[in-house]
Amino acid sequence: MKYLDEFSNPELALRLVEQIHAVTTRPWAMMEVCGGQTHSIIRHGIDQLLPDGVEMIHGPGCPVCVTPLETIDKALAIASRPDVIFCSFGDMLRVPGSGRDLFSVKSAGADVRVVYSPLDALNLARENPDRPVVFFGIGFETTAPANAMTVYQARRLGVRNFSLLVSHVLVPPAIAAIMESPRCRVQAFLAAGHVCSVMGTGEYPALASKYGVPIVVTGFEPLDILEGIRQTVVQLEAGRHELQNAYPRAVRDEGNPAAKAMLRDVFEVTDRAWRGIGMIPDSGWRLSSRYREFDAEERFQVGDVRTSESPLCRSGEVLQGLLKPHECAAFGKECTPRNPLGATMVSSEGACAAYYAYRRLDVVHI
Amino acid sequence: MCLAVPGRVLAVTEVDGVPTAEVDFGGVRKSVCLQYVPDAAVGEYVVVHVGFAIQRLDEQSAQRTLAEFERMGYLEEEFGAR
Repeated sequence: MKYLDEFSNPELALRLVEQIHAVTTRPWAMMEVCGGQTHSIIRHGIDQLLPDGVEMIHGPGCPVCVTPLETIDKALAIASRPDVIFCSFGDMLRVPGSGRDLFSVKSAGADVRVVYSPLDALNLARENPDRPVVFFGIGFETTAPANAMTVYQARRLGVRNFSLLVSHVLVPPAIAAIMESPRCRVQAFLAAGHVCSVMGTGEYPALASKYGVPIVVTGFEPLDILEGIRQTVVQLEAGRHELQNAYPRAVRDEGNPAAKAMLRDVFEVTDRAWRGIGMIPDSGWRLSSRYREFDAEERFQVGDVRTSESPLCRSGEVLQGLLKPHECAAFGKECTPRNPLGATMVSSEGACAAYYAYRRLDVVHI
Repeated sequence: MCLAVPGRVLAVTEVDGVPTAEVDFGGVRKSVCLQYVPDAAVGEYVVVHVGFAIQRLDEQSAQRTLAEFERMGYLEEEFGAR
């Protein structure tokens, strides 16, 4: 029971765990597609509180981890230019490119700055009108509205020295791609709560129905995850496959209409290569033609980047749930958070980093 | 980086034509863009991701989540190192 002591409300956690055990009659495999949930599951040992055979598969829910290597290399090329101020969320600095990472480029003298919000980068551009300022716009649907608004403001305020290196990814096409994979073992999904705070739940019922999988929206606090798992197992045991919203306090069915309107204006759907997984059709956003002049890829002509991934890194199999992080031969040896071979070992939301930080080897049964 | 943190709106102004709030996250104050939750009022709680409010949240849930994040060190991770 040692994990339960770490919950904010151990009695409620115990009740949820007992309900999950009571309803489970056979093995099930479900995938979370949210790095925050992955982190929480490993940190709190939630997977080890579940009945034998109920498995959590850690999907491609960490935006830092799935940002394509080619885009990282483009970021490195742009950031290395002597006149550029390159702004990024802090999580991206140690993500390995083909040879270097943003941190080493910064150490070598490049002007790489960590910002809290993309609007901070826009403000930097206004304070430095004679220098190009680039923001590394990655993330899922949760983060896209912030980047969209920033480009919208750059255009409206005429901040021409600002541009965005865009690599947005979308959850529903990833769910479809996972289900289409011949090696797929996933029988249900926990959907990411804050993605749905923005987008609503409208895209998921068709996926649940087409692939015969329950999809339950939940948050990343431990009790939310347990409740999401409980609702998922109840559906699986009853042979149902529906969308359920287990996170209504932050997710409305319609999402955030103002954010969705901005996204429709600033972005358009594009094919996107996910690091470790490969090309998924219509799984990303790029700037729409109205905003294309703010596209850093066009402005800096970095189209001819040649990538080379570590031959040891098996993060692609981890992201598809085919391998647990500690089953990789390089885990904790050649690959650590200090010297990561792949992005899943970098971000605190990556499955490998979470296993490295928290995984206990003793399995706890209640 | 996908962390979204609830905070309480302390004041609302306009910056560059955009509604902007000063928001308190358990003691840390940040400027937050209210473009997507424009009618958030002083005293209300909003869920904030990378400087943008994306939804409202009721006070009780917000305070519970803030306490949980504080306990897990998420607030320091989100605001401390930047």
